[in-house]
Amino acid sequence: MLDRCIRGGLAALFAAAIGWVPTLAWGQTKNATEVSFYYPVAVGGPITKIVDGLAADFEKENPGIKLKPIYSGSYQDSITKALTAAKSGEPPVTSILLSTDMYTLIDEDAIQPYDDLIKTPEDKAWLKSFYPAFMENSQTGGKTWGIPFQRSTIVLYYNKEMFKEAGLDPNRPPATWKEMTEYAQKLTKRDASGKVTQWGVQIPSSGFPYWLFQGLAIENGATLMNAAGTQTFYDKPEVVGALQYWVDLVNKYKVHPEGIVDWGATPKDFFEKKVAMVWTTTGNLTSMRNNAKFDFGVAMLPSGKQRGSPTGGGNFYLFKKSTPAQREAAFKFIKWVTQPSRAAQWGIDTGYVAVRADAWETPAMKQYVAGFPPALVARDQLPYAKAELSTHDNQRVTKALNDGLQAALTGTKTPEQAMKDAQAQSERILRTYRR
Amino acid sequence: MSATLNVFESRGLGRALETAGAWVLGFLWVLPLLYAFWTAFHPAEFSARFALSAPLTLENFVSAWHAAPFARYFLNTVLMVTMVLAAQLVLTTLAAYAFARFEFPGRNVLFALVLVQLMVMPDVLIVENYRTMTVIGLKDTILGIGLPYMASAFGIFLLRQTFKGVPRELDEAARVEGCTPLQVLWKVYVPLARPTYLAYALVSVSYHWNNFLWPLIITNSVEARPVTVGLQVFSATDQGIDWSIITAGTLLTTAPLLIAFLLFQRQFVQSFMRAGIR
Amino acid sequence: MYGWLLLLPAMALLALFTHYPAIANLWHSFLATPKGERPAGFVGLENYEQLVEDPIFWQALSNNLWYAVGTIPVSIAIALLMAVWVNDRIPGRGLLRLAYFTPTVLPMIAVANIWLFFYTPEYGLLEQFTGAFGMPSHNWLGSKSTALPALMIVTIWKEAGFFMIFYLAALQSMSPHLADAAAMEGASRWYFFRRVTFPLLMPTTLFVLVNAVINAFRLVDHVVVMTRGGPDNATELLLYYIYEIGFRFWDSAYAAALTMVLLAILGLCALAQFFFLERRVHYQ
Repeated sequence: MLDRCIRGGLAALFAAAIGWVPTLAWGQTKNATEVSFYYPVAVGGPITKIVDGLAADFEKENPGIKLKPIYSGSYQDSITKALTAAKSGEPPVTSILLSTDMYTLIDEDAIQPYDDLIKTPEDKAWLKSFYPAFMENSQTGGKTWGIPFQRSTIVLYYNKEMFKEAGLDPNRPPATWKEMTEYAQKLTKRDASGKVTQWGVQIPSSGFPYWLFQGLAIENGATLMNAAGTQTFYDKPEVVGALQYWVDLVNKYKVHPEGIVDWGATPKDFFEKKVAMVWTTTGNLTSMRNNAKFDFGVAMLPSGKQRGSPTGGGNFYLFKKSTPAQREAAFKFIKWVTQPSRAAQWGIDTGYVAVRADAWETPAMKQYVAGFPPALVARDQLPYAKAELSTHDNQRVTKALNDGLQAALTGTKTPEQAMKDAQAQSERILRTYRR
Repeated sequence: MSATLNVFESRGLGRALETAGAWVLGFLWVLPLLYAFWTAFHPAEFSARFALSAPLTLENFVSAWHAAPFARYFLNTVLMVTMVLAAQLVLTTLAAYAFARFEFPGRNVLFALVLVQLMVMPDVLIVENYRTMTVIGLKDTILGIGLPYMASAFGIFLLRQTFKGVPRELDEAARVEGCTPLQVLWKVYVPLARPTYLAYALVSVSYHWNNFLWPLIITNSVEARPVTVGLQVFSATDQGIDWSIITAGTLLTTAPLLIAFLLFQRQFVQSFMRAGIR
Repeated sequence: MYGWLLLLPAMALLALFTHYPAIANLWHSFLATPKGERPAGFVGLENYEQLVEDPIFWQALSNNLWYAVGTIPVSIAIALLMAVWVNDRIPGRGLLRLAYFTPTVLPMIAVANIWLFFYTPEYGLLEQFTGAFGMPSHNWLGSKSTALPALMIVTIWKEAGFFMIFYLAALQSMSPHLADAAAMEGASRWYFFRRVTFPLLMPTTLFVLVNAVINAFRLVDHVVVMTRGGPDNATELLLYYIYEIGFRFWDSAYAAALTMVLLAILGLCALAQFFFLERRVHYQ
């Protein structure tokens, strides 16, 4: 029996080794131009199906091009995989990656700007049609490196039934920090033993707390970095002030859960009626709609000194080392998928903000918005939206901020100390980029 | 297995307490799996609520199956594990035979070098091995996942011990009959080491089926991704966590190993014990 | 000659993927990371200076050592207990053995997701349990003091069953006459265990110990799923930090320096094991 096993094993070894070669070759179709791209899934819903559907529709209209969407997990996973592929000499042709990864991708010499491809007047008009807020993280040094596709802002979801119970007007979400604190105090419920059964407000702090924090920072009148991505301002008083407000919600007003609040669990916490108000991406809108078994509202983030939210989400990037044919094909696809009607449909299917103004005027979008007004909130917030934190060596610099935020929220450092340390770390990293 | 009651076993109340303790621990130990079963077979609303009247559903499995190309992931994993095991069996047998029965200069030094890998597994050398794989050109391939593991120090160590325990007389008898050393290996040593092979195979298969970090780094595309990486990519959501779908996906990926284990658990455990570590 | 030939394929692969990388890693830790156009250049001990000044590295090292101290003795002790129970013909021991061993066959990456639910605040399983007893709510993974212990529990849960099997094998190979003889001499159960059973299990314990040490440094899958090193690096383990530096920040030179530290630790363990093994060999 064992020698049969060994023989079988050797056979399998050979088969596998031989099978590997055709598998590699299988990917290349002879006649069509192949355009591979990585895409992350960062919001709820059957995104993979939708993307595959888009690819199929595009291929029908463009028979010479073969699209190969590759699902690559979270945004973090996607940038890792795309860079890994680029460094190994086999980059994808295009990919949807975080808008903030722009500098990293440029430094790693992985992407090329779109300017060479944008020649005709139609193309130029197409480029101008995107919301300026989204273009802030997409252009630098006078060149366009990313095309907005799945972009978002943070919004406040609130449970209307809980508002009614607490004696608040369900159609009047909090408009200022003061109101949010007051509402949250009314909405926090405790049982007989003093344990909280319902929290007033919850801002997630796991994974990428810097994004949520940036909302608070902008509202407090602060900017976190300079436009060139070579300097951060973590220890400015307005930034520390914003962090202090967050920490106060936990410790002083006791309306916010302690410790690190999980990003992934936050929508579920909302569905489970454990919290009355949550800050999370507008990209979760469709998922919220499908899963919340109660009446809920969507609001812009409250204003501190001003309204504000960072933009978020992913852009299409064009990778180097592709053939001119592939580049043209990818560009065609990118233009096709960001047409007003397609951009609108993507927004409806997912909850991401349709990236261009005319997408909101399409009949499909108008009908959707009529039936579901909360979808407009994210768009109406765009005038107040600012660029997301993005610098050279982005992952490391944001990690410094993330660590500092988590230290303050878990009480191991004061907001001032945490931000000072974060700034010191960031300085060390960015120093070399200012020479 | 001892047939008589061990003279030191507790009786009466002591025994009852011990039994209770053992059972509580056992229950705690399977609790995560029980939870996974509960959540995967019930709709999402019941992933945190344990109402007994909740309706059963297979929806989650369907969604999970469609959300990621698990069929391909399974194929990759099976190919990878088989490839690695086959290579390991061959290589470790040859090497163990050499260490056990042959005299050659530097034998002890080489054996010490082999033992180094017991401590320093390819897992901790991810940065360098990744570089090597790039140079060889095996990045993002199934062979690339398995290659660093094919020369297994653990296997060589185990087999060498087993081979050393084979009586020399059998070896000499075969030689007298005119067998070449390789024939002796095949006819005498290999059959006698069967329990060790089985034990080792089980360890290897479960280790490589469950391996995650190295495959995560070395694979990029669906064509090479094993099931563990597929599961993590699938559940690494920036979106809201849906426990029902994630546990359904988890059960899907662990089912083959779990079922094999349930069916063959006697052999699993026995072979570990028989091979024993002296 | 013949021996060399037999050994060649295995040795070649071992050299390529264990010995060569270890040495190459040392070399690369003395260079700088290539960035885009700029190639790698010799920078001497700069990476190690960076290492010494890096608070996250020290945190990761300390975390990993605490993690090892927390998981290794406990999982071995529980494994021994399990083996004794299963060996003692407790009713339902077949099922028990199955229950104890099941975590081992499941991939860590899969079970980590399930444990993530257990630890979820408010409605996670642990919360529901402690809530039933009126205990206050706690954010296990979201608080610096409990995140690492929470991961330790997951590891212990995963490893104990695996070690149990080895102990079971050893226990069953023990002659029952030993117990009879000791009972006749009037020894108590605990005395017998302490003076006879445990010393005889020493080789197994050593083997299990080696495995446990390796796994304490090698297994970081649960960190990837459950905490990603947070909160504020409270669960940053050494290998996970190497992964972050090497494959998320793409700082390969610094990652090489960090790997050298890990190799040094494992090397020390290997030496320690070698010495003990030497003594064991003489024992026989």
